[in-house]
Amino acid sequence: MTAVALCLAAVATLLALALAGGFVAATSFGRALVYGGTLALSLLVLLVAGDALLVGAAGETLMLPLGLPWVGARFHVDPLSAFFLVVVSLAAAAASLYALGYGRHERDPGRVLPFFPAFLAGMILVLVAADAYTFLLSWEFMSLASWALVMAHHREEQNARAAYVYLVMASFGTLALLVAFALLAGPDGHYAFAAMRAAPPAAGAATLAFLAALVGAGSKAGLAPLHVWLPLAHPAAPSHVSAMMSGAMTKVAVYAFIRIAFDLAGSPDWRLAIPLLIVGAASGIIGVLQALMDNDLKRVLAYSTIENIGLVFVGLGFAYAFRAAGFPAAAALAMTAALLHAFNHAVFKSLLFFGAGAVLSATGERRLDKLGGLLNRMPATGLFMLVGAAAISALPPLNGFVSEWMILQSVLLSPSFPQWTLKILAPAVGAGVALTAALAAACFVRAFGIPFLGRPRSEAAERAGEVDRFSLAAMAVLAALCLVAGLFPGQAIDALAAATDLAVGAHMPSQSSMPWLSIAPVAASRSSYNGLLVGVFILMSATTASTIIHRFASGAVRRAPAWDCGFPDSSPSTQYSGESFSQPIRRVFGRIAFVVEERIDMPRPGETRPARLELRLGDRIWNTLYRPLIVAVERAAVQLNRLQFLTIRQYLGVVFGALVALLVVLATWP
Amino acid sequence: MIVELVFQLLQVTLVILIAPLLTGVVRATKARLTRRRGPPLVQPYRDLVRLARKEAIVADSASWLFRVTPYIVFASTWVATALIPTFATGLLFSWSADLIAIIALLGAGRFFLALAGLDVGTSFGGLGSSRESLFGALAEPAMIVIVFSLALIAGSTQLSTVAAFMTSGAVGLRVTLAMALVAFIIVALAENGRIPVDNPATHLELTMVHEAMILEYSGRHLAVIELAAMLKLALYVSLIICVFVPWGSAIADASVADRVVGAGVYVAKVLAAGVALGVFETSIAKMRVFRVPDFVGAALMLGFLGALLLFVSRTLK
Repeated sequence: MTAVALCLAAVATLLALALAGGFVAATSFGRALVYGGTLALSLLVLLVAGDALLVGAAGETLMLPLGLPWVGARFHVDPLSAFFLVVVSLAAAAASLYALGYGRHERDPGRVLPFFPAFLAGMILVLVAADAYTFLLSWEFMSLASWALVMAHHREEQNARAAYVYLVMASFGTLALLVAFALLAGPDGHYAFAAMRAAPPAAGAATLAFLAALVGAGSKAGLAPLHVWLPLAHPAAPSHVSAMMSGAMTKVAVYAFIRIAFDLAGSPDWRLAIPLLIVGAASGIIGVLQALMDNDLKRVLAYSTIENIGLVFVGLGFAYAFRAAGFPAAAALAMTAALLHAFNHAVFKSLLFFGAGAVLSATGERRLDKLGGLLNRMPATGLFMLVGAAAISALPPLNGFVSEWMILQSVLLSPSFPQWTLKILAPAVGAGVALTAALAAACFVRAFGIPFLGRPRSEAAERAGEVDRFSLAAMAVLAALCLVAGLFPGQAIDALAAATDLAVGAHMPSQSSMPWLSIAPVAASRSSYNGLLVGVFILMSATTASTIIHRFASGAVRRAPAWDCGFPDSSPSTQYSGESFSQPIRRVFGRIAFVVEERIDMPRPGETRPARLELRLGDRIWNTLYRPLIVAVERAAVQLNRLQFLTIRQYLGVVFGALVALLVVLATWP
Repeated sequence: MIVELVFQLLQVTLVILIAPLLTGVVRATKARLTRRRGPPLVQPYRDLVRLARKEAIVADSASWLFRVTPYIVFASTWVATALIPTFATGLLFSWSADLIAIIALLGAGRFFLALAGLDVGTSFGGLGSSRESLFGALAEPAMIVIVFSLALIAGSTQLSTVAAFMTSGAVGLRVTLAMALVAFIIVALAENGRIPVDNPATHLELTMVHEAMILEYSGRHLAVIELAAMLKLALYVSLIICVFVPWGSAIADASVADRVVGAGVYVAKVLAAGVALGVFETSIAKMRVFRVPDFVGAALMLGFLGALLLFVSRTLK
């Protein structure tokens, strides 16, 4: 069977699993069946897609008599969709493995088991769809399945609100994609992607389609300012679903954008790179600042997804601009950087969400200021979380560094742009990327350090214990992948060649032929990096130092109470909390993204009540963009509400008036 | 090949040997300028040996990360330093990481040190980590922006190539370079916790940053961290030397004699930099913590302006 047929077979089995999941949900067999099934099927898709990506051939188009009778449904796997299939199925395989253990803690499995395979099936369908109709239908299916998963714990009020906001934003995003495809299809209605590619739209329609795709895919991916639903919805779902939403579904959105903007919308226009770069850099900075201020571990991770998607879109922006300027090598570098970062983010963000889920199941807490000291109580989870935190902070020799390094390398190629606007924008975006990366490191010092280090801040954290083996195995696999992809970046880059070929018409020079497994994006004299050597050097010098000191100096250790400059305090509440940790950063950067309100309530001398510091952070984007919109919608609704209470004569009058107006329009239509 | 390997090893050991001496020179200069006799130049070596021989006291609440961090911090700093062409360019492994990777390696050291500050669960440790994270979040992008400028001038982020280009005399005098130098010095002061950003000699609770993070360390752990801090100072001094004052350094394929001379010149330059740093620190006061973002932010802006000049001037040629 061909790749696409195998993928569709997997989708059909997943849908059957989803149906079965509804019946057997209450039993532990049901859990094993559903998650075991999704694990096997995602591994199958991973193999199939990996093969299609490495071979790089454009597969056949499969036409099924589904959907609209005269359109049918087309499916196709090319290297671009194969790459994203690899990302999605990898994240899904890890999530299934994790859920084999984690699913035990689910209070209401009937609300999760049927939807989990359906969600995965929806994502695979989006990636293999080859016409606009199938694509949009799968997209909606994916959105609704994930919405049902967000609603899994619907009795908590904030989850219901999150699901509501998500539903509204998802519908809005689909509407924008619908517009994009309508513009691409043109007056003759070419639904098939191949037909759209063969007859590219006029310049004006292409620009509009590009912007609509940016809005539609961007709202699903979590680009600022359309990101507001993401930090509400992703954490509300069960943790393995959060990992899938952040790790995989945002990548499906990235795929949708690449497919439309790079593949279908015809020849590029350099002006369109400007919104891409600005939105990407802004998402990065806003996302990471929000992540730094938040006190909920899973929400911190969701905000950091916005940041990473921002970085991916910066890479895409450079790729688009380079392609428009006619620099294929540079475009290939930027595109590879964006795709590699998408892959890396899927790996470490899934890992971090698994860790957050483990913390949640061990302590029942997500709030940073109720945790602490977990590294002593959950050593394995802590170690894997540490690897994930280091990888997402772009520390060498892990994988996050490679992709951010490549994004910075593509910034360095940008003085060759012919346009002044891009010339001035490029270093600003580059500085924004650097700022984002540095703030992300601070963010993950906090997100790992507050819950895992220090002394326990609550009894729940004090009593925590290590989680089950399935969860640990899933985290171990992903942590190992972070390390391997960081040590051998050349192999990862070479695997992306076919996908970048399709997106920008060029690929980076082959890296595996470089001596000593190093990577050099343009030429070795320009820049090169060798993850393996750096890793080996670090390991060597650390062991050398430790051996020498233990051998020739002292190896004795004495345990004692903390010194703390001579004033030790027995209460764990005197430790730095998440909020106090980020206070200096809030003071310096806070006003970019927030309306900060600090109130100090200081008792008069002689009073015995404690002093209080109250802090309120208002989201600037929500306040300026969404609140007026909500108010306007509510006002309009109140006005329209009157229509419900008319008499029958008034209704007839309204119908008559509408009819006349329509006829007039029809009569005067040219 | 063997000769190359020997020189690479020589470079690796030279930086680690000279680092405590540099700190000693700075301290001696500051002592002389304040009319004290001061400790002898070799005092930092003696301190390190004394600390390493003592038993390490580890707090009850500390995790394994606390005991591993000193070695991680030391290793990442050492690897970063070893990649800098101090006295000769084109060393054996110089291509294995570029300037951006060197900055990221230092970032890794800071990441783990900040975690160690949080590990014991004391308020001082958290205070140090929190402030260090703020300074890092400003200094790192500033450094990256400076790298943009250097890379655009030399056409490479590879430090060896940059240094060779700077020696070649093809550079000329550039406004961007001057801006980058000023920004570089500001970043170096902030990253090493020198006056006016932090005072390495202080234990005054409310003002310390680096010292607050490592407050709970003792014995060999403290020795390793102190050595890493000295190494980091040597690294920044070497970076400034190799980019802005590269004269006298041996280029690639130079003869052995040239390289030995290069090593001598390098040591002299490092010691001179130590004296200059001592003079600077004596003549300036430490600033408040929340003035530091303005100070480091100035570096970011200068670096950015320099890079922007380059980006724009590329078309005019």
